[in-house]
Order: sequence, then C-alpha cells, then structure tokens
Amino acid sequence: MNQPPLLEMRGISKTFPGVKALDNVSLTVRPGTVHALMGENGAGKSTLMKCLFGIYNKDRGTIILDGREVNFKNSKDSLEHGVAMVHQELNQALTRSVQDNLWLGRYPKVGGIMVSERAMAQRTREIFQELSVNVDPGAIMSTLPVSKRQMVEIAKAVSYHAKIIVFDEPTSSLTETEVEHLFRIIAMLKDKGCGIIYISHKMEEILRISDDVTIMRDGTWVATRSAQELTMEEIIQLMVGRELTHRFPPKNNRPGPVILEVENLSGKYSRLEQVSFQLRQGEILGIAGLDGSGRTEVLENLFSSMTKGSGTIRLHGRTIQNNTPRQSIRNGFALLTEERRATGIFGIRDIRENTVISNLRGYLIGGICLSDKKMAQDTDWAIQSMHIKTPNQRVQIRSLSGGNQQKVILGRWLLTKPEVLLLDEPTRGVDVGAKYEIYQLIIDLAKAGKGVIMVSSEMPELLGVCDRILVMSGGRLAGEVDAQNTSQEEILTMAAKYV
Amino acid sequence: MSQNTQSKALQREHWDAKRIGNLLLNNALLIIMILVAIYIALSEPVFLSPSSIINLLSQTAAYLPVALGIGGCIVLTGTDLSAGRCVGVTACVSASLLQAADAANKMWPGIDPLPIPVVILISVALGALIGAFNGFWVAKFKLHPFIVTLATQLILYTALLLYIQQGNNNGQAISGLASQYRDFVVGPLVKIPLGGGQTVSIPNYVWFAILLTALMWFIWNKTIFGKNMFALGSNEEAARVSGVNVFLTTVLVFALAGAMYGWAGFVEGVRIGSNTANTGFNYELDAIAACVIGGVSFVGGIGRIRGVVIGVLMLRLIFVGLPMIGMDQNLQYAIKGGIILFACALDMRKYLVRK
Repeated sequence: MNQPPLLEMRGISKTFPGVKALDNVSLTVRPGTVHALMGENGAGKSTLMKCLFGIYNKDRGTIILDGREVNFKNSKDSLEHGVAMVHQELNQALTRSVQDNLWLGRYPKVGGIMVSERAMAQRTREIFQELSVNVDPGAIMSTLPVSKRQMVEIAKAVSYHAKIIVFDEPTSSLTETEVEHLFRIIAMLKDKGCGIIYISHKMEEILRISDDVTIMRDGTWVATRSAQELTMEEIIQLMVGRELTHRFPPKNNRPGPVILEVENLSGKYSRLEQVSFQLRQGEILGIAGLDGSGRTEVLENLFSSMTKGSGTIRLHGRTIQNNTPRQSIRNGFALLTEERRATGIFGIRDIRENTVISNLRGYLIGGICLSDKKMAQDTDWAIQSMHIKTPNQRVQIRSLSGGNQQKVILGRWLLTKPEVLLLDEPTRGVDVGAKYEIYQLIIDLAKAGKGVIMVSSEMPELLGVCDRILVMSGGRLAGEVDAQNTSQEEILTMAAKYV
Repeated sequence: MSQNTQSKALQREHWDAKRIGNLLLNNALLIIMILVAIYIALSEPVFLSPSSIINLLSQTAAYLPVALGIGGCIVLTGTDLSAGRCVGVTACVSASLLQAADAANKMWPGIDPLPIPVVILISVALGALIGAFNGFWVAKFKLHPFIVTLATQLILYTALLLYIQQGNNNGQAISGLASQYRDFVVGPLVKIPLGGGQTVSIPNYVWFAILLTALMWFIWNKTIFGKNMFALGSNEEAARVSGVNVFLTTVLVFALAGAMYGWAGFVEGVRIGSNTANTGFNYELDAIAACVIGGVSFVGGIGRIRGVVIGVLMLRLIFVGLPMIGMDQNLQYAIKGGIILFACALDMRKYLVRK
C-alpha cells in the first residue's frame, strides 16, 4: 500500500478573530480508502473541510491533489476538480425535480439553448442504476424523504466523477437498510479508486468501514492510525483526552424538592417519543445526545414552540397546559433557543428592545402606554446583573459579541420571572472567556432557586455545570447519569443506544 | 421493473378518502370554475353561444401576455408593479407610430405609419429594456422587486405623461390609427358563420396569444434559461454554488416579462383604439392575481403556464359571466378578492412545515 496519496493537506492553520480554529493540521487520503475524520463538536473538522473547499481561506498550509497544489475558489471550483462533498444539511432546490437538481448548472444541451430532457433522464438513470439508487428522476425533491434526497446528493457527487468525496455525518438521517446501501456505494467508490473522507460520531460505523482514522481535538491534529489498530475506547480517549480543571466555576447550588414532572412527552411532528423526567428546584439538569437525537425537541415540545403530541406536565404537583409559547411563559417557563441569530435576537433592534420584549405588559402605564423609564431601568438591571459589556442600551444587539448577546437574552427571560429555564446550547458561538461567565450565571440562577434544563453538544460542559444528565438517543430517553460519577465514555455509549 | 410495479400497486392501495380529498382540494379552483361555468350555461344558454365564447377568449387573450410575463417574476419570489405602466408606454408609442396619415392632430405628422414589424420590434424592445432595467436593480443591488418596480412604475408614468404631450398631440388620446394596424391585430383571420348570413370573427390577437403561450411554455419548460429560473426561485444559494449565473438570469427574467408587456402594449394600442396616460393602468394587479390563482407561488420556484392561463380565464369568466346571470357588477371585485385569498390559502397548505 505505498501508492502516492490522492489528497494531502499539510500544516493547515486558520485563525478567526480571537479563536485559533485550526493549528497545523495535516490529513492524507490514499486512493481507494476511507479516511475517517473524528473529533468532538468544535474540534475543527468542518473548518478543515471548509478550507479544503475554499469556503474559508486558510492562513497557512498546502493542499495537494493528485500531485499538484490546488487552491479552490469555491465549492463549484472544487467540484469541477473532482472534490465533492455530501453535506449534512442538504442545499437543494426543493421545488424542482430530482434530475433538475442533479444537473443544475450543467444541463445537457440541444440546439444551444434547449435542455435535453432525454439526455438528462438517460444519464440520471445510468447513474442511479450504477449506484442501485431507487429514486424516480422526475420526482419533486420536496416529496422525497431526507434519505432519498441524500442519495441524490451522493449521485450528484459521483456524476462529477469526483476523486475525493467527503461525507459529513451521512447516516444521521438514514435507516439501517439505507445505511447498508450507503456502505455498498462507498465500497464501490473505493473499488473505483476514489478517496473517501468520512466524518461521523458513530464509532461502530467508523471501525467498520474506514481504513485510516484521523482524530482532531481543539483545532489540532491528535493522531492518525490505521482503523484496525484502534478500539472504540481508544478513539474516545483520544477525542476527549483533556483535563477539566478551571474551565468551570465552582458549583455551589443545592437541588431542593421536585418542581417539575414531565410524563411521556412526545412530539406531534418532531421526533420525540415518550420522554419522562423530573426537575428539582435549584437543580441544573443537562441533556446530552448526538445531533438529531431529540435534545432540542425535549425543550421545544415542553415549551410548545414545537407542537406537542402527548404528555403531562406538572409544576409543583399541579398539571399545567403548555399549549403555546405564550401559555408556557405565563406558566413560568423560559426558552433560550438554539439558533441565536435566527430565533433569539432581533439583530437590528437595540439592547433595550431585545431585553424587554417578553415582558412588555409590565411596562404599561394606564394600560396602553409603554413607560420608557421603566424599560430603561429594567434594561440597566439586566446589563449590570448579567455583566453585559456595552457602551449603552441603545446600540444594536448584533454589534455585540455572541456571549454578550446571549447574556441579553438571559436577562430578557429573567425579567419574566421564570421558575424553569430551558437553555438550548447556551454557549454556542461564545468565546472561551465569556463561556465561563455564562456558566457562572447559570449556577447562580440555580442557587437562587430556579430549575434549569440545559442542552449542550459539548460534553465537558455538561459534566462541569450540571447535577444530573439525561442522555437522548434516536428521539428517546436512553438513560440518566449523575454528573459527578460518570464519564464521557459512559454518556457516548448511551447516546448510541437507539441509533 | 419489479420495483416499478410494486410502487404502482402501492399507489393504488393508497387511493383512499384522504387522497381523494387532497386531489379535490388541490384542484378546487378548477372544479369551482367548471361548476360556475356550468351553472351560468344552464341558467343563461346564451353564454355558450359562439359570440359569447369568443368574447371570453378575446378578453383572456388580451390580458394573458402580461400575466405570462409577471409569472416569471413571481417564480423568482418577486413581482412586477410596473407592468401596467409599461403596457401604457408601449401602447402609446405603438399607436403614435401607426396613426393614419390623415388622422386629426397626428402626433408625428412628419412620419408615415411605419411598417408593422418595425413597430412590433420597437414596442417589444422598449418593454424588454424597461424590464431589464428592473432586473438590473434587483440583481445588482439585491433590492426587492416590489420596491424596484414601484419606483419604475412612477418613473414610467411621468415618461408616459410627457410622451403624450409631444408633437401635435397636446396630451390628447392617441387615436385615428392606420387600418393596416387594426387589420393586423383585431382583424379576423377566421370567421365563423352563424347562419342567416351573419358571422362572428375571432380576432387575430387570440391566435397571437396562443403562439405566445406556446413560446412561454417552451421557455419555462424546455430551455436552460427556464430551468435556471426555477432553480433560482427555489434556492438561490444552491443555484449559485451549482454555477448558475444568478445576475444574468434575474435580468433576463425581468427583460422577458418586459418584452411580453411590450407585445401587450402593441395589441392594446389598437384594441382600445384611443390611448391615454391611463392605458394599461392596474393591469399588473389582475395579472398578479391570475398567476396566484393559477398556482404560481410567491414561495418561489413553483408555477406552470397552464396555471397562468387558467387564472386569467377565471378572472375573465367572473367579469364576463356573472353579469349574464344578473349578478351586480359591483360584486365582481369582492368575488375576485375572495378567490385570491382562497387560492393562496390552498396553495400555502402545501408548503407549511409543521414543527
């Protein structure tokens, strides 16, 4: 096996303002092999891939494809050079047909301007046959399940005669049979001499299909080994392998009596089945799990920003109805959403408006007029108690850093005097220093007697901040652990239970 | 192949009440239209007389080109408010270039009526230019088409007011059009005998409208440009990373729409026969309504020529048919409004993502 490598990425570094995202990372892919790329969320896997595809400009390092140095301008450019990616989030024209999507940007022509439907259908069928994909080329994309749409995306990569194909978490939306099918396609691509980069969290898959494994941590290269030499335990050790000292403030909250009981909570349209748990006063309850395991669904169904299918919610032993977000807020719930920019902040509005928006009734004078003075006072309170760094309360919230934006939203919710705080990825897109402050705020809130449920994809964070951790897997509750007496290994094993 | 038969068998199995209900809902407007037509025909048989049907067809043909043009803009999640004024400008320009040599107060006494093909070219090119102007602002500065075409509409109105002040016209209606112009557009190529020596004729612009519909169907469905247009309306980012020229496609969609208004202006010039600054006023609203009723969705990337034609026909049916059964003319606007709401609510049903 001493062929020259198909793709070599050498010494890649990339710095974002304040963050060293990649530090001297190297990756070598041999032809006809599957190279697994592993690491926790935020380890730098996708940044590395974005540097490969020219979506980010790397600061240092070289990329050599087939013996020649390349610098792709964008993903179209890389595609034409035979480097393709099957994205986790599919970027497709959903209202158009399968074959229209497959050949978009390079339709077979007749007569200069006309699209040859026949050639298009013919080539689509050929590719689908080659890959034994059973999808109707004329079907409208939006009518297909995600798994089929993903097959189309894979077929598209193959149709460009890609030499390198990157799969980003390809199996997260596939059933077992579909996964087997995908693996057959990958084996076929291997036989053709393609190099596959395979990004996944699923250990069994990695050990089964890959030849080489590269593990990253905190933007650095940790190890590259042959898959045969590795065990699951070793991979986890290499992925995690860091000390957890001084990343978290001391925990001094004391869980009290049970305030919230949730029984058999299920989503109507979302993937959440029969989840039951309890939350104590002053407790921080973590929710762990892989992407798509139903972490966010627990919070959003509880808060009813997703439509509940069934389930009973009791607050202080009394059954309550959380049927709309408004009702949930009135019942003393608050939800900090996962996608801050999309569903958290009102970017072009100022800090004051962002702070008071959930509590406007509290500022009415005579029932109709909002008191600027009261709103300003409360905003000042939020700025001081949340330690928000801002010149004044009239600046646009989008001009603040991620951490400060998050603190504004926390302040917003505290003004509604909630009993249960639902925090979805509270430190996502927040830099390290500000993370500590947010951990401190969360612990202080618990100490003040609030119940906190916190979803995170960063396991050290859950272990460092929470009292108990629920582990979700495949939309179900896979288990519960005591944060003091568990390990990432135990949680990861549970998270894979129903995958 | 065995998989194919299997899936067919599966389809047959699912032929249940829910599926039928969906089928009825998805075609609700067509069904209602047919029921209304049947009702009108039963209570007023004259509705089915050749002259009445030809009247309905002519009206549809006159309004169709504008709707076909605007349809493309809506597919791009846009709209075009300047369509009506663009029809007005091109109608006045066409008419002024084709006034009979002996017309009173002839606008340009120095020029004889130009050859018809030259005027068509001028009118369509002028429309396309106006459309390209719209498209440029939309594509280059990422302005919403609503804003761009609102502005263009106002600018065009001034241009129109100034134009009819030119020459000997002094702001009067442009009329006294050359007979070859009238013959070309509204002249009957086909006459249907009614018996008793009477005939009813199908004006030529009906045939032209059919040709244009075929042309637009071809562009939307068979050309690279058409596919790119739909892809762009469906997911601009996906189109961009797949190498579609987003700027050029946008400009061309608006230019094509403008060309259609140019044609409509050329036809309206003589169909109305007396052209003022109000010619074409508000045509865009009927056209947008027709597209929306016909299932060209503001969600983007969705629409069929067939739908546009049905939409225009439906609006004309209300306009022509309801008075026949003695319904108050004033009700037509409320009915139109109701249909738009109903049609769009049905349409959105398909795209709701439930959480």
